[in-house]
Amino acid sequence: MANYTLHINGESKEVQAQPDTPLLWVLRDNLNLVGTKYGCGIAQCGACTVHIDGEARRACSIPVKTIENQKITTIEGLSKDTSHPLQEAWRKHDVPQCGYCQAGQIMSAAALLKSRPKPTDEDIDTAMNGNLCRCGTYTRIKAAIKTAAKL
Amino acid sequence: MSIIKTTHNRRSFLKISAAGGGGMLLGFSWIAGCVSPTEEVAKAIPAEWFDINAFLKIGDTGLVTIMSPNPEIGQNVKTSMPMIVAEELDVAWRDVVVEQAALGEQFTRQVAGGSQSIRQGWDSLRMAGATARQMLMKAAANRWNIDLKDCTSENGIVSNTKNTETLSYGELAAEAAKLEVPEEVPLKEVKDFKIIGKDTENVDMDAIISGQPLFGLDTKREGMQYACVLRPPAFGQTLIGFDDSVAKGVEGVQEVVKFGDKVAVLANSTWAAMQGKKALKANWKDNKPENTAQHNEKMRALLDKKNKEPKRNDGNVKKAFADADEVIERTYEAPFLPHNCMEPMNFFAHVTDEKVELHGPVQTPAWTKSKIAKILDRKEEDISVSLTRMGGGFGRRLYGDFAEEAAELSQLSKKPVQVVFSREDDMTAGTYRPASKYKFRLSLKDGKVTGYHLTEAFINGGMWDPIAQNFPAACIENVLVESNQLESNITTGAWRAPVTNFLAFAEQAFFDEVAQYLGKDAVQLRLDLLARAKENPVGKLEYEPEKLEGVIKLAAEKSGWNNKATGTHLGFSAYYSHNTYVAEVAEVVMENNQPKVKKVICAVDCGIVVNPIAAKNQIEGGIIDGIGHAMYGDISFENGKPSHSNFHQYRMIRMSEAPAIDVHFVKSENKPTGLGEPTLPPAGGAVANAIHAATGKRMYNQPFVKQVDVLG
Repeated sequence: MANYTLHINGESKEVQAQPDTPLLWVLRDNLNLVGTKYGCGIAQCGACTVHIDGEARRACSIPVKTIENQKITTIEGLSKDTSHPLQEAWRKHDVPQCGYCQAGQIMSAAALLKSRPKPTDEDIDTAMNGNLCRCGTYTRIKAAIKTAAKL
Repeated sequence: MSIIKTTHNRRSFLKISAAGGGGMLLGFSWIAGCVSPTEEVAKAIPAEWFDINAFLKIGDTGLVTIMSPNPEIGQNVKTSMPMIVAEELDVAWRDVVVEQAALGEQFTRQVAGGSQSIRQGWDSLRMAGATARQMLMKAAANRWNIDLKDCTSENGIVSNTKNTETLSYGELAAEAAKLEVPEEVPLKEVKDFKIIGKDTENVDMDAIISGQPLFGLDTKREGMQYACVLRPPAFGQTLIGFDDSVAKGVEGVQEVVKFGDKVAVLANSTWAAMQGKKALKANWKDNKPENTAQHNEKMRALLDKKNKEPKRNDGNVKKAFADADEVIERTYEAPFLPHNCMEPMNFFAHVTDEKVELHGPVQTPAWTKSKIAKILDRKEEDISVSLTRMGGGFGRRLYGDFAEEAAELSQLSKKPVQVVFSREDDMTAGTYRPASKYKFRLSLKDGKVTGYHLTEAFINGGMWDPIAQNFPAACIENVLVESNQLESNITTGAWRAPVTNFLAFAEQAFFDEVAQYLGKDAVQLRLDLLARAKENPVGKLEYEPEKLEGVIKLAAEKSGWNNKATGTHLGFSAYYSHNTYVAEVAEVVMENNQPKVKKVICAVDCGIVVNPIAAKNQIEGGIIDGIGHAMYGDISFENGKPSHSNFHQYRMIRMSEAPAIDVHFVKSENKPTGLGEPTLPPAGGAVANAIHAATGKRMYNQPFVKQVDVLG
């Protein structure tokens, strides 16, 4: 075990973990931030998407020892009161079915809109193709991203 | 207004306590999560709640808690079932808080399966609301010393029709809870519905989009151990022995437990349990390992085997084929499929000498409880089951094997245990959609369809009787439907729209080819066949031909079937399953010399649409899921071992492959039916038929992507 100071959602958090523990499990088990979901463990489904220094990354494949000096944002820190334009748009389009993948979808979409505030359909497909949804809410996710981007 | 007797599931309406509920205080955040901040502020948090019946309690401020009885797997029942109660209670939706009910004998059929929650819950949910409304009005009538018929209700307020007096439900709840349950109650007319039929936001929306704990994997308890289980890597294998010396040295690992042919690593974190499991070494003994190639050979032989107990037998099929001018015969083949719920299987159990607590995501809480009572040799009354929201079900969570593991491990370790499947565990220790094959034969005489012979070869099961009485039954003079089964040691089970998830594709692709052969329009062929079922049906039937015709015509009209745009290729499919009628038209265009599905137009007859925005979501999702699995879904077995273990190998449909979907409902005042499954079965057929229209190539086997001459 080693001690780490992580910068999560604007706060500093002390955690004790094995150096190779993926950030996903540190968030979920050590810090009780369970909004970041486990789906595959190999960066293929996007359920664990978080922002590392503003970029969408898969928390299941980032060892905790590598991110001490970076800023981490999870779904819990995206907004204080679910008022992020994407969260508003998710509500408007009633996007979720089971809901499990949606935090990861929103985090991927939020990183996209930061880098491309007015994305094309192709931009959206490229940014979102790493996020699986077995319920098949893809068309609503796309519509909600466009609503949030005021397209 | 119609009057109904309140006899249905009477136990739900017996008062829990004559004095009403004891003052139960609830945290504000719990309530805030259920009320959209954009709406008018809800009623204040009550100091005291009064139980009116098993489905609802009313607080002294007028806030209402409605219990959602059925498991929520993403089919929206946690929103739409309480909407039905609230409608008849005549309360404003913003004053409703929804709570997931635990397993309880006061509820019937607490199951998520068969697209039956809304259909089978409809009467009891309405009655729960209507009974409570009647008791509140009676309490008001007593207070005012007037006749019940001089009271009316609206939005949680009872009015005296003779003057301007009003009383709120909150003011009446304590007295209402003490009254006798009425023997009959009026129900609203469909035209008077205010909540049913209105787009209503998912009650868990804010928790979902802000990452609050909701799902089974989010469960945390004092002293809880995370358990990862090593199961036999191939089907049929048994455990010879294992070495846990390295596993026990992994930091955080607390205990290694053997149970049956499995070995579990218990640890104080998920990661430690996963690492500990990886460090286990085990020896396994093979026992009749099976291969997909063998399955295929045996199933093909079964397609030619006569069955002495046919599922349907009208007229004389043998003679029809002997007399035929021409016979069309085609065979369709489907692989096994894993479920791949996005939330891997998991469950929490805490077994003590006093009680057994079970908590987590399961579609069948009652069945799971009774199985666990037997495994642990405990009385059912000592066992409680509470439900979390589920990250998908699709049939996988019907089986409760993960809950049984948690219960066994908690009993053996004497600790609270959360069993966690890795994705690899989930995909390789599955309860798979069984592989199946269908052979269709059709006889033609003088250009008319005279005989139809369907043979099914299916692993561990097959079609149940009503499926054989579905279209084209009753449409053709001579029909024979036979089902032959191949037994396998690979665990199989229900997978979203069991049997029909592939049979519908095969049948609808076959009729598309029949239409082409006859030189008939694909829609017209279906309508012509249905004309016989409407006018002079052959034998018994399990569907209403008029309703099937209704969705076929609506989909044809909305898709511009007879007037399609240049460069667009259309494919038609229609299917009745789970009491719902669906027709779909897929639009395919050629891009870079390959067919691409751009859009699906869908017509649905599901009776009354309870929550349109969520109903459309189910329809869209069913179609996208159906297309995804028809195009890409595939798992096979070599020496009993599954071919795929995670999403780097197993292809699922992704955003860029999902078409736009255009949904049209048949306007109806019939009782509602379900939508979790029925739009999936026709999707593969619509796409296959559109691909044929675009390329001239027929799809006979799933996944389509294997047909590389068409799909690269």
